[in-house]
Amino acid sequence: MSERQSLLERIPWTLVLTLLAATVPFFASRYYIDLATYIAIFALFATSLNLLLGTTGLVPFGHAAYFGIGAYVCGLLMGELQVPFLLAFVLGGLGGALFAAIFGFFCVRLTKVYFSMLTLACAQIVWAICFKWNEVTGGEQGYPRVPMPDIPFLDWLPVHPRSLQMAKFYLVALALCAIGIYLLRRITLSPFGRILNSIRDNAERAQFIGIDVRRYQLYAFIIAGGFAGLAGGLFGVYKRGVFPDYAYWTKGAEVLIMSILGGINHFWGPTIGAAVLILLNGAVVSYTEYWPFVLGVILLVLLFAFPGGLLGGLETLWRRVKGRG
Amino acid sequence: MLEVKNLRKSFSGFVATNDVSLTAEKGKVTAVIGPNGAGKSTLFNLITGHLVPDAGEVLLEGRDITGIAPHRICKMGMARSFQRTNIFPNLTVYENLQAAFIAYGGQSLNMFGVARRQFRDKTEAMLESLALTDVAHMVAGEMSHGAQKQVELGIALAGDPTILLLDEPTAGMSAQETRESIELLDRIAKERGLTLLFTEHDMDVVFSISDKIAVLHQGRIIATGKPEDVRLDAEVRRVYLGGGKH
Repeated sequence: MSERQSLLERIPWTLVLTLLAATVPFFASRYYIDLATYIAIFALFATSLNLLLGTTGLVPFGHAAYFGIGAYVCGLLMGELQVPFLLAFVLGGLGGALFAAIFGFFCVRLTKVYFSMLTLACAQIVWAICFKWNEVTGGEQGYPRVPMPDIPFLDWLPVHPRSLQMAKFYLVALALCAIGIYLLRRITLSPFGRILNSIRDNAERAQFIGIDVRRYQLYAFIIAGGFAGLAGGLFGVYKRGVFPDYAYWTKGAEVLIMSILGGINHFWGPTIGAAVLILLNGAVVSYTEYWPFVLGVILLVLLFAFPGGLLGGLETLWRRVKGRG
Repeated sequence: MLEVKNLRKSFSGFVATNDVSLTAEKGKVTAVIGPNGAGKSTLFNLITGHLVPDAGEVLLEGRDITGIAPHRICKMGMARSFQRTNIFPNLTVYENLQAAFIAYGGQSLNMFGVARRQFRDKTEAMLESLALTDVAHMVAGEMSHGAQKQVELGIALAGDPTILLLDEPTAGMSAQETRESIELLDRIAKERGLTLLFTEHDMDVVFSISDKIAVLHQGRIIATGKPEDVRLDAEVRRVYLGGGKH
């Protein structure tokens, strides 16, 4: 059994999935390039959340705050100060991390549901600032003047001229998200990640192997906030504007649902969850306007049938098949 | 080695630890016994920093460690196991011990190494010495109670402690498991020259391996001394060993 699994583990999944995803613009329509861009960005966002959820055992309700901050920092820097895209993108991530450090300092002082509520409160503060600070954030109307980067070095792409701009941005976004996810994977599998696992499993015991639990939870919070900020920056550029609802708590709930749908105990769970949810949303919305209803039913069935999410369910199935064979 | 002086702790009026003084000598096995609710666990929590005493001092090799956070105390060479089994239940046995070595080995902030490749030799040696090699890749939370206790002992030993505090190491074990784990403890303590301080309800265990016994009753130490002296102590027999009526 361990032989088989180590073979599965040896496949460089980040590379394989990225290369597969990179083929999308060469055969698919603009509609699917759009969905694929969403999936790439939300995969990074949801995976950053899962560093807290699945790896450290913290349930943040306010992860959208750092996504929103990243989006505003990146978007405003590009639109107002003509900062180049890549630099603004990185600064957006740093912005997310900085705010995560400030809010996280307080949040990790509480545990369980109180932690969750405090992260939600922090996110609502961020949202309220974005919503009301008209001079800087554009207030309720948002800031719709984020320029789309030109990316001339990809002009040679053999795609339909009408999809070229989308395809170029998609490939750049995909590469950046893949790097982000790869880094998160390294962190998850690192000794630091193992310490986070031990905190998730048993914080009291972790303390007595010499771990300052709050400090490590804060580090995880900062890293997760940073990567959420990167995802937010990309999203703002893609939508060519940043709006207060990026930081609204429902955005955070969306990634929470993606992670749980895909399976929080697997590194790739949130990515799968993001892909499934976005594709389903796309498919269902074209038939009915009752998407939230459909989503509710899917979640209900899933949580009862596969408590470990889609990947958890697949794993159980895989074990059963092997047990028989 | 470890010295507790006039320790006192009360919880909203109830005095759980009342002027307790105790020493555990280097390389010796010291037992703290007493009926349920005598304050054994509270005493341990005061020593390991999980609780802060109202008065008194805890000295570890002459250093005052009273009220210091548990994660600091544990870096000074004190390890403990808990009364209810306290491991990392979703990790495998191997990963449990490896996590402890990572933490003690100062690799906790290493974000770009690979956890699986850390401290393999040490982890495997520890598995070997605890007879856990065969179950190394089982999820720790799914194992028998006795085996989980071994894992917990392994986690505690990973820091190469000089003093080990064990809170009821054989609680919930069968007679067979109890005997095996006591033999194991005794062997490991001798091999490593460990100072052992433990609480235990099984009197056979206590009298067979202790060099010194302290009897706690209603938060106070009522007797302390060699096993044979404690066994004959009139007050101990009356309140605890149940021999008073004879």
